Amino acid sequence: MENIPADNSGQIDRRQALKWIGAAAAAAAVFPHASAQDRLAPPSASPGGKRIGWDPLLNKNYVPGDLWALTLTPKQRKAAASLTDLILPPDNPSDKLPSQLGVQAFIDEWISSPYDETAKDRPVITEGLDWLDAEAQRRFQKDFAELAEPQKCAIADDICGKTAVKKEFRSAQNFFNRFRYLAASGYYSTPQGWKDVGYVGNVPTLNFDGPTPEALKHLGLA
Amino acid sequence: MAIITEKDLQPNYDVIVVGSGAGGGQSAYTLTMNGVKVLMLEAGRNYDPVTETPMFQSKADAPLLGMGTREKPFGFHDATVDGGWEVPGEPYTQASTDPKQRFDWWRARMLGGRTNHWGRISLRNGPYDFKPYSRDGLGFDWPLSYEDVAPYYDKVEMLVGVYGSNEGLENTPDSPNGTLLPPPKARAGELYVKKHVAKFGIPVIPIHRAILSTRQDHVNFPARLHPNNPKAQKIIAKAMQERAACFWATDCGRGCSIKANYQSTTVHLPPALATGNLDILCNAHAREVTVGADGKANGVIYIDKVTGQERAVKGRAVILAASSGETARILLNSKSNRFPNGLANGSGLVGKYIMDTVGAGLGGSVPAFENLPVHNEEGAGTHVYIPWWLYKDASKLGFARGYHIEFGTGRRMPGLGTGGASPGYGKSYKEEVRQKYGAGIGFAGRGEMIPNEDSFCELDPTVKDKWGIPVLRFHWKWSEHETKQAAHMEATFAMMIEAIGGKTRTPQADGSKAIDTGGRIIHEVGGAIMGANAKKSVANQWNQCWEVPNLLLNDGSAFCSNADKNPTLTIMALAWRATDHLIEEMRKGNL
Repeated sequence: MENIPADNSGQIDRRQALKWIGAAAAAAAVFPHASAQDRLAPPSASPGGKRIGWDPLLNKNYVPGDLWALTLTPKQRKAAASLTDLILPPDNPSDKLPSQLGVQAFIDEWISSPYDETAKDRPVITEGLDWLDAEAQRRFQKDFAELAEPQKCAIADDICGKTAVKKEFRSAQNFFNRFRYLAASGYYSTPQGWKDVGYVGNVPTLNFDGPTPEALKHLGLA
Repeated sequence: MAIITEKDLQPNYDVIVVGSGAGGGQSAYTLTMNGVKVLMLEAGRNYDPVTETPMFQSKADAPLLGMGTREKPFGFHDATVDGGWEVPGEPYTQASTDPKQRFDWWRARMLGGRTNHWGRISLRNGPYDFKPYSRDGLGFDWPLSYEDVAPYYDKVEMLVGVYGSNEGLENTPDSPNGTLLPPPKARAGELYVKKHVAKFGIPVIPIHRAILSTRQDHVNFPARLHPNNPKAQKIIAKAMQERAACFWATDCGRGCSIKANYQSTTVHLPPALATGNLDILCNAHAREVTVGADGKANGVIYIDKVTGQERAVKGRAVILAASSGETARILLNSKSNRFPNGLANGSGLVGKYIMDTVGAGLGGSVPAFENLPVHNEEGAGTHVYIPWWLYKDASKLGFARGYHIEFGTGRRMPGLGTGGASPGYGKSYKEEVRQKYGAGIGFAGRGEMIPNEDSFCELDPTVKDKWGIPVLRFHWKWSEHETKQAAHMEATFAMMIEAIGGKTRTPQADGSKAIDTGGRIIHEVGGAIMGANAKKSVANQWNQCWEVPNLLLNDGSAFCSNADKNPTLTIMALAWRATDHLIEEMRKGNL
């Protein structure tokens, strides 16, 4: 994270954002223990699709699956969709569920990609989703997606890290942290996610008005 | 004349310009506006920001939310294509396996070169910056002064359009009234920093960037740029009217389809093409400069990258603006009986004294920024910065020279990592994400490196690129001046984050660990330094090679120091000045 490159101040924002993300990721992501990685095939075993390439068409809107095949099984995808909805429930009745926005497809794109940066997440996510269904079956005799919300919460509460996590749930906690990182990244990148978090940019304006009086007041600058 | 293919090449040109970025673009502009017939060779493909820029695409429209990858290191939507830290088939090598002696070389094989990827930060070197040796006995003085360059800074600022303000600070030059465009307002977090670091004597002022905050003065600027040249005035007036003012959205690093920011491809090349005096040949990778029996440059040999075949073009003069490293490489590869060690290399200094900028960074989270009332903070990237403020303390710092600080805050487009650090799930999790969104800050220092004997490039004795051309091998070493400066940056950033009530990690006291790898700031300059003495430099103050006066080095290669100010504006000013001189010499029949 220290060598995020280059001068660009249009990009200092992005570069710094990457650093903050790095710090956040370091704080939030707990990578899988070695045994989990040992058990799983490397990502190249299933993807095999194209890389981004050195001269891709930039002003095209890509969707997951455009460049490389998605690799979650239907069962894993169902569990992933259900967990995104649990983590990021709509605030308003008119809002869509994350699963309706396709957040699980982004997670699938991520863990199916041929890139080294994402490869370490593949075993964490796929094994974690399998565990989620197995745990749901163990406790409630149903797959995770079929559980009632209190049942889902019972499992999530044990692994989400809000309270002390028992030793036997450490791997599951690693999975949950990383899954939440990806689910939130995907969700907050959608127009609904922008609105949700209070991002109102990416619209052309005649003037840059600077901070509002309310913002200045908030900071003691008014 | 236009963007051409090989079959349309003329048998002879007045000047061949190698490279289409800031130096090449400015050179071609100045030449063609004065009626000189120019061929520009670009190693990469044709590239048109007007049609190719992803302007309003969201991160979700890119694979992997636009994550930086090997092929697109600054993220999917970054303007650079066919470039980055590596270029397929075009390797470079390191002399040492020690990571601290590594030099990472950024290249952009595309029309417009590295002007497609930069911060548009356009700071003038100050009077001290041209006479560093005289001030502290380190490095080299330039064979010119600020006063020599100032009129060209004025012209470049008017031509490309630079926003900023005049603050009257030491070694931070003002521009003549009416030259700069008004700076955008500071953001909330920027004002907050300004208020809380004032007690340290640290100034936060509007930055200068090559972005049109308003449209250019197409009525008055043309005559100031091109006195007594009505044709040039007419062409540039029209070109200025074809550029829109910034609409305060979209990332400048993606390029700009409305031409509100400076890219060579939207600012220098269109008017140059409109003169009818410019041919641009893309996919033409220059290998060497050819020399006639009289010892003067008379053309360029290039590889047609489409066919892989070697071709030659002829010109009365040659301007290299291929990027410092590539220019040094072309000179070193231009071997002949008369110039057995490479062209213009009688001093043995071609490839020597390469420099980058000292870089270090520190980020933090700022509780005061949490729950900031929602408003649009996007704007145009950086709006303010901190110029070097400790000129008076030079003797107490333990390192020479100084640095400026760029920093970023604000409620920017969410993407990878948004919400990543908050615990739990459900409504309470989302509430915390909302609270913390936009509550970060990042500081980056950009400081002066002093040229040293251990930082240079040379031809690798064995490795060649896919066309069989010998590649560069880099040697690199930071001196204590740079590493101590990097440690000073970290300590300063931590102090400022504390002053705004923020949280960060412990600053890195070991500057050799804090400093970014050589080359990573992409301010590569030097390698063919200018000087007043032909034995101790490659070029004179007019970027002319001492040994080959009709060969100019109009990129950063002739820089003999690398002030903390980002080099692009100075590259353009010096290229304009050198090209004016070339035209004059050609008119006089001296070349």
